[in-house]
Amino acid sequence: MDLPVTLDHGDLVDPPDAAPVVPTLEARRVGAWFGDHQILEDIDLAMAPNTVTAIIGPSGCGKSTFLRVLNRMHELVPGASLAGEVLLDGTDVYGRGIRPSSTRLHIGMVFQKPNPFPTMSIRENVLSGLKLAGIRRPDHDGLVEQCLTRAGLWNEVKDRLGRPGGALSGGQQQRLCIARSLAVEPRVLLMDEPCSALDPSSTRRIEETIRELGTEVTIVIVTHNMHQAARISDVTAFFLGDQDRPGTIVECGPTTELFSTPNDPRTEDYIQGRFG
Amino acid sequence: MTTAAPVRRRPGGMTHEDVIAGVGAAGLAVVVTAVAFLLTPLAGSFGFVLTAYVLFLALLTIDSRRRLGGVIATDRVASVLVGTCGAVALAALGLILWYVIDRGVPGLHRGFFTKTLDSVGPLDPATDGGAGHAIVGTLEQVGLAALISTPLGILTAVYLSELRGRIAPIIRFFVDSMSGIPSIVAGLFIYTLWVVQLHKGFSGLAAAMALAVLMLPTVARAAEEMLALVPGGLRESALALGSPHWRSVTRIVLPTARSGLATAAILGVARVAGETAPLLMTAFGNDSLNADPTKGAQSSLSLFAYQRIRNALPSEIERGWAAALVLILVVLALFTLARLVAATRKAR
Ligand SMILES: Nc1ncnc2c1ncn2[C@@H]1O[C@H](COP(=O)(O)OP(=O)(O)OP(=O)(O)O)[C@@H](O)[C@H]1O
Ligand SMILES: [Mg+2]
Repeated sequence: MDLPVTLDHGDLVDPPDAAPVVPTLEARRVGAWFGDHQILEDIDLAMAPNTVTAIIGPSGCGKSTFLRVLNRMHELVPGASLAGEVLLDGTDVYGRGIRPSSTRLHIGMVFQKPNPFPTMSIRENVLSGLKLAGIRRPDHDGLVEQCLTRAGLWNEVKDRLGRPGGALSGGQQQRLCIARSLAVEPRVLLMDEPCSALDPSSTRRIEETIRELGTEVTIVIVTHNMHQAARISDVTAFFLGDQDRPGTIVECGPTTELFSTPNDPRTEDYIQGRFG
Repeated sequence: MTTAAPVRRRPGGMTHEDVIAGVGAAGLAVVVTAVAFLLTPLAGSFGFVLTAYVLFLALLTIDSRRRLGGVIATDRVASVLVGTCGAVALAALGLILWYVIDRGVPGLHRGFFTKTLDSVGPLDPATDGGAGHAIVGTLEQVGLAALISTPLGILTAVYLSELRGRIAPIIRFFVDSMSGIPSIVAGLFIYTLWVVQLHKGFSGLAAAMALAVLMLPTVARAAEEMLALVPGGLRESALALGSPHWRSVTRIVLPTARSGLATAAILGVARVAGETAPLLMTAFGNDSLNADPTKGAQSSLSLFAYQRIRNALPSEIERGWAAALVLILVVLALFTLARLVAATRKAR
């Protein structure tokens, strides 16, 4: 009953630095406020198709807020407001007549804290997005297997799909949440510190998952782990801001360049762990 | 070579010695108090219990301070004090229950649950006739009231906690004020509006409506608290999957709060199951069976008990107490049922 969902956008694969690619998602002069407190100012960021973009920056600079502006979660907070445009395949998601729910369907989100639906089994959790968004699809079994495999969880849970989703370990729950987001076939996946509560081996598993998904979905990930950003992302954006100054992008570029030869001394200081 | 393994213990746990010391302190306190009451003009059972208790606490403090040290002694005495408060509260409850059972059991007989007062004369013993018609009335009235007010109450709670509309504070204020309505006013309201103005007459339905007025604020506020317990992350996850707001409420928030909502409904039933005043003007009372709640006067267990106990005949008073006992059992059964429903649905 909502917008049709298409799988076949794989033909858009281009190297991220090839010039004329139309970005899948583009933020133009985005600003954000909570009440009268400005959190973000003039953010311009383009995410090319099938790339992984990492967002780094000190705590409180507005990284989560930026992600939430991208898929219209920001407006759920009472008193929140914003400025600028967010283009998904060239169309402003804040445009007239665009339903927030269809934007969120195309731009999925994985939260810092894993939160599977407690009343549902593992299988129902994976399929929950279809139910919630009112999408009809044949072959639920195949979809469940495909999503859990892509999230790197299939082998661990294939014998207990009927068990409650809450009965998994934290790392497994987070991968279940990733599988849940994949089932509705989003164009973009936003991840807000998805590994911050996880042990090294779950983290490695999820990083593998992100790298594999990065060839099919456009991913934006917020992380406090510099090594993680360097390992998994194609492009890195460094945000800076604090209580008194709204967050802005200090530097943005291909991850290898940003980490090896940063242009801005503040970027270098942050990467070296000298502040923030 | 190897020394004996360290003694296994539970820090703060009770040992045999502690039990003996406790019993000893209690016994000594009772004996000393008894002697004091015999030798001096002190008298009265309340004074006796109080003196013995204070003495017991003092002995316990002295003993545990000497044997176990100040920290554990303080903990022991505090535990005893808190335990006593709990026991006193429980004892009050137990006394009421015991009294009702004591007075009610003699009037109970098999026919009490099936027969009515139809052909019972003033000289018949309490074992004649029964409260079957009143049980039917209570079940129908409370059941209908729950059917009316549970959906309304949950909808109100959804409005207050999920939609948070602009007039939510006003609604909350009205719901809170409603919970202060004296029950007889709810009865009068339905009486003037439904029974008199609309010429519907007395009926079980009228009683159910009066009870629903009383139940609604309890259910709404309890359900609101339960919905507030649902983690915000679940709502956000549902919305982030592309769910419209209403589906995130019906598919995620309400199912997650299911057993809490059942509790809210139980609290509402508990609020009204024993109400008598509003029924006087709506169900009115009836000595014979009227199973149709939509028209005609109906009895209920609380009305039955009220009307029997006001009587002078011992047999009637006995029937009244039996009805009070049955009312307690019915409420207990309703509670158990609601708990089971919530539990099985969750386990599925
Ligand atoms: N719901 C809210 N209401 C008011 N202010 C908020 C709210 N959420 C966040 N803020 C403020 O917005 C600023 C940016 O918060 P945000 O969560 O985007 O930071 P962040 O970069 O994600 O930090 P972290 O790395 O610690 O997660 C902070 O100063 C924070 O205090
Ligand atoms: Mg954050």
